[in-house]
Amino acid sequence: MGFNESRRCSVWLKRMPAPIRLRELIRTIRTARTQAEEREMIQKECAAIRSSFREEDNTYRCRNVAKLLYMHMLGYPAHFGQLECLKLIASQKFTDKRIGYLGAMLLLDERQDVHLLMTNCIKNDLNHSTQYVQGLALCTLGCMGSSEMCRDLAGEVEKLLKTSNSYLRKKAALCAVHVIRKVPELMEMFLPATKNLLNEKNHGVLHTSVVLLTEMCERSPDMLAHFRKLVPQLVRILKNLIMSGYSPEHDVSGISDPFLQVRILRLLRILGRNDDDSSEAMNDILAQVATNTETSKNVGNAILYETVLTIMDIKSESGLRVLAINILGRFLLNNDKNIRYVALTSLLKTVQTDHNAVQRHRSTIVDCLKDLDVSIKRRAMELSFALVNGNNVRGMMKELLYFLDSCEPEFKADCASGIFLAAEKYAPSKRWHIDTIMRVLTTAGSYVRDDAVPNLIQLITNSVEMHAYTVQRLYKAILGDYSQQPLVQVASWCIGEYGDLLVSGQCEEEEPIQVTEDEVLDILESVLISNMSASVTRGYALTAIMKLSTRFTCTVNRIKKVVSIYGSSIDVELQQRAVEYNALFKKYDHMRPALLERMPVMEKVTTNGPAEIVQTNGETEPAVLETKPPPSGLQPANQANDLLDLLGGSDITPVIPTAPTNKPAAAGGELLDLLGDLNLTGIPSITAYNKNGLKIDFTFERSNTNPSVTVITIQASNSTELDMTDFVFQAAVPKTFQLQLLSPSSSVIPAFNSGTITQVIKVLNPQKQQLRMRIKLTYNHKGSAMQDLAEVNNFPPQSWQ
Amino acid sequence: MIKFFLMVNKQGQTRLSRYYEHVEINKRTMLEAEVIKNCLSRSKDECSFIEYKDFKLVYRQYAALFIVVGIDQTENEMAVYELIHNFVEVLDKYFSRVVSETLNPL
Repeated sequence: MGFNESRRCSVWLKRMPAPIRLRELIRTIRTARTQAEEREMIQKECAAIRSSFREEDNTYRCRNVAKLLYMHMLGYPAHFGQLECLKLIASQKFTDKRIGYLGAMLLLDERQDVHLLMTNCIKNDLNHSTQYVQGLALCTLGCMGSSEMCRDLAGEVEKLLKTSNSYLRKKAALCAVHVIRKVPELMEMFLPATKNLLNEKNHGVLHTSVVLLTEMCERSPDMLAHFRKLVPQLVRILKNLIMSGYSPEHDVSGISDPFLQVRILRLLRILGRNDDDSSEAMNDILAQVATNTETSKNVGNAILYETVLTIMDIKSESGLRVLAINILGRFLLNNDKNIRYVALTSLLKTVQTDHNAVQRHRSTIVDCLKDLDVSIKRRAMELSFALVNGNNVRGMMKELLYFLDSCEPEFKADCASGIFLAAEKYAPSKRWHIDTIMRVLTTAGSYVRDDAVPNLIQLITNSVEMHAYTVQRLYKAILGDYSQQPLVQVASWCIGEYGDLLVSGQCEEEEPIQVTEDEVLDILESVLISNMSASVTRGYALTAIMKLSTRFTCTVNRIKKVVSIYGSSIDVELQQRAVEYNALFKKYDHMRPALLERMPVMEKVTTNGPAEIVQTNGETEPAVLETKPPPSGLQPANQANDLLDLLGGSDITPVIPTAPTNKPAAAGGELLDLLGDLNLTGIPSITAYNKNGLKIDFTFERSNTNPSVTVITIQASNSTELDMTDFVFQAAVPKTFQLQLLSPSSSVIPAFNSGTITQVIKVLNPQKQQLRMRIKLTYNHKGSAMQDLAEVNNFPPQSWQ
Repeated sequence: MIKFFLMVNKQGQTRLSRYYEHVEINKRTMLEAEVIKNCLSRSKDECSFIEYKDFKLVYRQYAALFIVVGIDQTENEMAVYELIHNFVEVLDKYFSRVVSETLNPL
């Protein structure tokens, strides 16, 4: 021991052990057997790295940041390394710069203020003597550059875009894409540099140039028009790629640079869209690519796919389009599932425009319903619905019903809705229609959408001659199994309506069954009692039983008993119904037969498809209530006069805004939006008047039959503590409009906002002028007569445009 | 547009991840776990394109490693499928002998 040893000790203590290399770290982390162990290792290393950073150690900074980046990739926070990355970028050593720029790309973006410090470094590096450093700078700028950085450095990028060094040129092009995305105004700046881009031989430059041109064309219609003149050049490049022999540099499974081919095809698509001349210039090359590409490997098919998409999108001649669809048909027969998937997706896009051509492949598409792949099945289902027409409906429906039987639950709802829609449009006969509905209800009963039930009921009501047949089949269907709610709801409703036909034993379409009144009541009561019945279903059943009191002759007492039992049901809805029906038996027995009469044929509510059903459900609840079948419409209100109002009020045909009125009427169009477009384009309502406790709200609907008509529903409410009586609403509009005021719901607005007066105003606006209205309100309040005039100017533009 | 590029092994450990759109760091691990779950549940008869949330996944399996690329609607799925293979071939050429064990030594 002595001086030397102690000196060695102190030296050893001063110098920390060299930080481990990245490889060691990775190896260590991989030995961790649990997540907790891994976390521990990482925390330890993080601590070591942090202290190393604190010491401002230049030699090992690069190594530490590399490790930090690896840990960041595994999901651990690494923000404390951001400044270190900046220091590395500022260093002169290439190895430091490399890691520093990588770190900047991964850890920094415009959210951190720190990133602006990089701007100067990047600027210097863009002018560096070594191309690799310039490349790094370009890469980083193109990856995470913020708008300020891009604005500052766009000039440098533009300069590099004109250089003859292809390594730099290609990177500059990609960087320019990013600059344009961040600061679209700078697009013009790059225009001159693009002049010679396509003259390059280097594929890297060509590829990135095409990306740049694509970006510019997508963003600016002026650029698009300007670049149309490049079509011949692009065609030439594409031709060379196809015709050229084997080029080892660019070969992928026998095809020369397929990635560049795909890019060029995509750019041609954008340029040829809506432009006859450009489309004509590309016809030949597209035909050539379509026929000459080798299809044995995926590469060839990728190019063919892109070609097909281009052909369908531009104004190509019909021969070419047929060629494209045939290629897709061939894809469908291919063993490779990827290709089948891609083919179905493309066919779905083209079924609108080239319906007949796609029809030719119908049988193949229907076969795809049996595929094992979920994505393929979904596509095949959507496409099948799009292809159903009057001629093939029977055959297609058979396949689709079979599909409904065997498909996964996630499809059943959409499939059922699609089948209903197609059946409605193309049913060859009423009996077939009802049979199809029955089949769907029995196979996928629980997946049918709730709002399909009212539509079905309406359909059944309207097929008068089929009532006996329908009710018989429905009765038989629920006899065995009453767990499928929509089926039970429809069946209960029908039995309630047509129970007399059921017990009378008349049926023309099939062998009538012998059913007694008691048996019918048995099944309805079982539905009521069953645990599987939803509250709504029970409501249907109870109302049905009630209706049978006028249709059945010997079991009225039994019905009375059932109804009175449910007067004390825990379910409030059932209780209310039972109590009211009871009242109907006791106090209003003279009205009972009239009230429970057979429902008349209902107004047809046009539905446009499953997407439509979803929209109307959420958007127009008050309107739907008026056409909804009896279970809610016939609900005996507390007082007889309100009930008469309801029956009287059904004269107003509700205008359900079929919001997507610009959608094509074909079934395919709606179904294409099956999964997408659930935007409710409702018109916002306004408060037209709000003074002295009287508030009047306007809600709007546009008539789908006459676009100049706006239907305004006013709701007047009273927040004071006394009622407003003798309320009269008057309105006046400018001369170019016409007004029709329908009768109000009442003339009393109860106090404390406990009720409202509703009134419908129809406004005809043929000149589509801005809607303005002057209103006059008169009413009695607190013993004195009140009157007020007001002007309504805040109509939303959607209500009159 | 390519949203992200992942290499995940069968056990769900991320070997490489590169995001081209900003995703919160805690959401990344969730995303990776879900993505690998989707890929593992696919059988051999199913196609390599999965519809996931509002974008598509293109995946390719190399022994115990999955390479998954997330793309949006504008990309050609089959071209991306080819790109993945190209990437693996580049790694192979550059690192001379890329074996799954090198990427995934367990």
